[in-house]
Order: sequence, then structure tokens, then C-alpha cells
Amino acid sequence: MISLAGRDIQHDWGKYVFTGIGLGLLIGVTLTMAGVYRGMVDDGKALLDNSGAELWVVQKETLGPYAEPSSLNDDAYRSILAVQGVSQAANVTYLTMQVRSAERDVRAMVVGIASGEAGTPGWPSYLVAGRQITRSHYEAVADVAAGFALGDRVRIRRHHYTVVGLTRRMVSSGGDPMVFIPLKDAQEAQFLKDNDAVLQSRRRTSENPAFNRASVPGLLDAVITSQSRNPYVNAVLVRLQPGYASDDVAGSIERWQRLTVYTRPEMEGILIGKLIATSAKQIGMFLVILAVVSAAIVAFIIYTMTLGKIREIAVLKLIGTRNRTIASMIMQQALGLGLIGFAVGKIAASFWAPFFPKYVLLVPSDTIAGFFAVVVICMLASLIAIRAALRVDPADAIGG
Amino acid sequence: MSTGIRIEGLKKRYGEGDTAVDALKGVDMYVAPGEVVGLIGPSGSGKSTLLKCLGAVIEPTSGRMTLGDEVIYDNGWKIKDLRALRRDKIGFVFQAPYLIPFLDVTDNVALLPMLAGVPNGIARKRAVELLGALDIAHRAAGMPSQISGGEQQRVSIARALVNRPPVILADEPTAPLDSARALTVIQILHEMAHRYETAIIVVTHDEKIIPTFKRIYHIRDGKTVEEVGEGRVITGAEHG
Repeated sequence: MISLAGRDIQHDWGKYVFTGIGLGLLIGVTLTMAGVYRGMVDDGKALLDNSGAELWVVQKETLGPYAEPSSLNDDAYRSILAVQGVSQAANVTYLTMQVRSAERDVRAMVVGIASGEAGTPGWPSYLVAGRQITRSHYEAVADVAAGFALGDRVRIRRHHYTVVGLTRRMVSSGGDPMVFIPLKDAQEAQFLKDNDAVLQSRRRTSENPAFNRASVPGLLDAVITSQSRNPYVNAVLVRLQPGYASDDVAGSIERWQRLTVYTRPEMEGILIGKLIATSAKQIGMFLVILAVVSAAIVAFIIYTMTLGKIREIAVLKLIGTRNRTIASMIMQQALGLGLIGFAVGKIAASFWAPFFPKYVLLVPSDTIAGFFAVVVICMLASLIAIRAALRVDPADAIGG
Repeated sequence: MSTGIRIEGLKKRYGEGDTAVDALKGVDMYVAPGEVVGLIGPSGSGKSTLLKCLGAVIEPTSGRMTLGDEVIYDNGWKIKDLRALRRDKIGFVFQAPYLIPFLDVTDNVALLPMLAGVPNGIARKRAVELLGALDIAHRAAGMPSQISGGEQQRVSIARALVNRPPVILADEPTAPLDSARALTVIQILHEMAHRYETAIIVVTHDEKIIPTFKRIYHIRDGKTVEEVGEGRVITGAEHG
């Protein structure tokens, strides 16, 4: 038996293929949306991986440092280092802001890293060009996604930094590229005020009789000095000694330091379950809508194609064609449309994904799930056309 | 041995109660193997209903129909698989050819034996032979859209004949054709009926082809009246 579906497609292949391409672009958008979600999750995991930490010590009862503001004294790491099982502890600050370079500015997460050497928690784990930060001030390592080149001068708040190294896939959970600078600079950047504000602050303090007492010389200077420095960091990143369980060490730190500590699974839960949950739901809604729209389009196309062949279907039924042969013809055409659409969609998504400003991760499991979803959608969408075809009366071919 | 088609007291009622309409009120008809009869009548006389009953696409209300040696209807269908009956025992030629546009000429004809389970190669061979008999073998590889209306109608005749059915029902087969082509088509039907021992019923309004029938059934108000026709032979000069 010849393939009626194949012959019908072959007869008007241009229209069929172009319809498939149109559907494919829609499927490509759907796959890309899934890729956007996967990219967000991957960005979140990359953020945790790149920190090089096994524990995140943050301000008590906060979800910091990524999901909520967190503030710790910058000497807290010393007492954390004394906790049994802690191998390394390093301060870190995170500040998402605009980083300017020449005529353009880039949205970036500025990371203040403690002094030390490569391998210190918080430091970029590897470089693709240049070197790590070696000076105490005004050097930066940037993710290549920021678009900076070695030697570029970038401005963060009022200071300029020289880009001495480039790294890759060091991004925030929002996909913003990271720019690493020395911790002291970052602390200053977080709290640095403009000169007018500093002047006003000093004037207010000096006019406050509680701080400006003639009987206590040096008090005013001490207060002003304390107002001019920032002794806070957002978190302390902790690495464990071999053989110690993260939950046990986290428990010790929480108990003795009166701080909140998150393990890797807990931090993943915060990032994926809380920080990007709304975005994930948003994307989920888009995926559902796109799936419904795709199904509606396939159903509409196949239904229209079937209605265009009503007379032929009546003739086929009159001359003895089985209903299942006709149903199979329609379903094969729907599946063929879906397969063309899927192939085009996959190619399109793979082609345009790198051009997205944020990371789009097309994972094979999503591709496979997408394939089966397309098959199921096409099968369901063809049912309306099949129903219409099976309701055609063979007597319609005779007329009268 | 084929014995054509015989219809006795065939009735068809549409609807029930006060709104019931008797489309056929006891039709009697017989067409012998190799014979072509005309079925003529005004609009609404029951021609299409009769054709649909004969074609096993609607069920008569009562009566009896015999196709070849087989009683197919006797106050109820005697055949379970009407689809197979239509495929194997009844050929259809329509007012318009209604060829399947996405199949080439050969496959349009070969489709019927293929549907009956005949291997593709054998079905195509049979189709090509029949197309040759109808003088359109040279169009065998063409698509329906690439051939003329007259050629399309020949292809539809080939499709009706390909399973060697004992009866062919032709519903105004010459309606869309000019005089010459109409005469050619009706002559082909006569030749094929003779060659394949097929009983052919031609529903027509076409005054040009009515004289070619030896017997004509007039249908009026759901009843048939048999009349002897001229049985005129078409000459070569009249062909399209």
C-alpha cells in the first residue's frame, strides 16, 4: 500500500515544508525558553561552584548573601577559622551595579575578594587570560561576558581599576558577569559617599553635643573615623578540612558564633527555590502557553488541510478506504509537520542561543522531552481533523 | 457467472411521521452484464437516492438488491462489510472525475486494488494495462492536474473498472464535457461494459448521450418506468 500521507506531502511539499518551518520557529522559541530557565539554574550553580565554598556564613536569620542583604563584621572570619573542621575562611562582598568603561557601562556583580592567593574561597577559580589580582588596590579580574579586555580601565564608583585578568562563566544568579576587585576596595565601594555627603555627615556629627564634648578630647575624631570606614562584609566563605561533614561544622559555627550558615544543598535551595522561583514560574507559564499555541497551530493547520480534502476523503471512503487508513494519513501528516518543526526549532534554538545576553543552556534531556511533547501535541492536534474526516459521508462524493 | 444487478421493490423513506418523505416508492430495475442503461429523470425524482442505495452508502427502507450472484440487500443488508462491497463489487464514475490530486494517474487507478491488498507492483501493472485499453497509457505518469478533463474522466473510468466490479454506477459522467468528449466517454463506457461484462448504470440529463442507450429507466416520483432506447452507435467522426 502506498503512503497517502507521503504522496500528499510530496505533491505540495513547498507549502508543507514552509508551514513546518513556521511551526519550527515557534518550537525554537519554546526550546529557547526552556534553555533560558536551564541557563538561570546553571548560572545559580555556577555562582556557588565558583565561590569555591562549602559553607556560607551570613548574618543571622538572613538568606544572604545572594537572596537577601547580609552584613557581618569583617573580623568574624578569624573566629570561624578557629572552629574545628574549618580549613579556610575568607570574607567576600557582593554588589550588583553598573561598571563603566570608556563610553559604555555594563551591569555586573562586583565581588570583593580577600587577600590571599589563587584557591582562596571567593577567588576566580581559573583565568582565560592575564593574571590574578596581586595588588591591594585598583586591580580587577572580569568575566569575558562583561566585554572588557586586558588593560582596560573600568570605573567602580569613584575609583578606576585596571583589568589584569579575564575569567569565564563567573556570573551572578541573574546572569550578570562578575568583576573581582580587592576586598578593601569593594567595602569602600559599597559604602562610599560623595564628598558633599561626607562633609554634611561630619558637620552633623560635630554639631551633635553628644559627640563633640569639650571634656572628652578625641571623641569627635573617633566618631568621624568610625563613620568613614566600612568594617562589614556580606558573607564568609568557608572550606572544610577533609573528613568533616558540612552539617556538623555548620552547626558548630551557628551555635558558637551566633550566625547563620548554609551548606551547598541549602544554598542551592535558596537560589533555585527562592531567588529564581518567580522567574521559573514565569517561564513555565510561557512554556505552557507556547505548547498550547503550538498545539492550536498544528491542529488548525491539519484541520485546514483536511477540510481542503473533504471531497477526496469522501471519494476515498466511497471506494472502500478504511477509516484507519484515512486517520493514519492525517496523523502521519501532523507528525511529519511536527518532525519538520522540531528539527527546524532545534536548529534555530541552537543557532540563536549564543546571541542571547544571558546564558541559554539547551540540555539534551529538554530536547528529548521536547521531541516527545511535539509528537504528543501533534497526535492530539490531529484528532480534531481525524474526527472531521471520519464524519465525512461517502455519499457526499455522489452528490444529489 | 455474473448476472448483473437486479433491484426489486426498492423503497427509501427519509424521516418519520408527518415529515417523512418517500424518495423511492418501489423501484424495479435490472441491468445485465455488459449492458449500459440510462437512468433519467427530473431533479428530486430520486435518481441520487437510488444511486446511493445501489452504491451501498445509504440503506434502503425495504426491497431487494442482487449483485452478480449475491443478494446484498433483502429488507436489510446481507453483507457485513459494505466498505469491501463498494471496493470490490461496485465501480463509481462521478460527474467530476474526483481523482486524488496527490496521486499520479497510475496510482489513482491502482489505489483500489492496493486497498484490497493487491501488491503495489501487480496493482500498478493492472492499472497501466487498463489505461492502455482506454488510450491514456501515455499519461500514466502524469498528475491529474496535468491532464485534460476528458482524460481525467477516462482515468476515473479506469479506476471504476480496475477491480473488475460486476456493476458500475456513473453519475452524470459527461456533464462537464463538450459534445465530442461526452460521446467519446459514453462510447468508452459501452466498450468497457462489453469487454469486461460489466453492468453500467448511467444517470444523465445529457440529451446527446441518451440515444446511445438501448434501454432507459425513467424515474419519476420515486418509481421507474422502463423504455426502449435507440441504441445508436457512435461513429468515429463524432469523437472528441
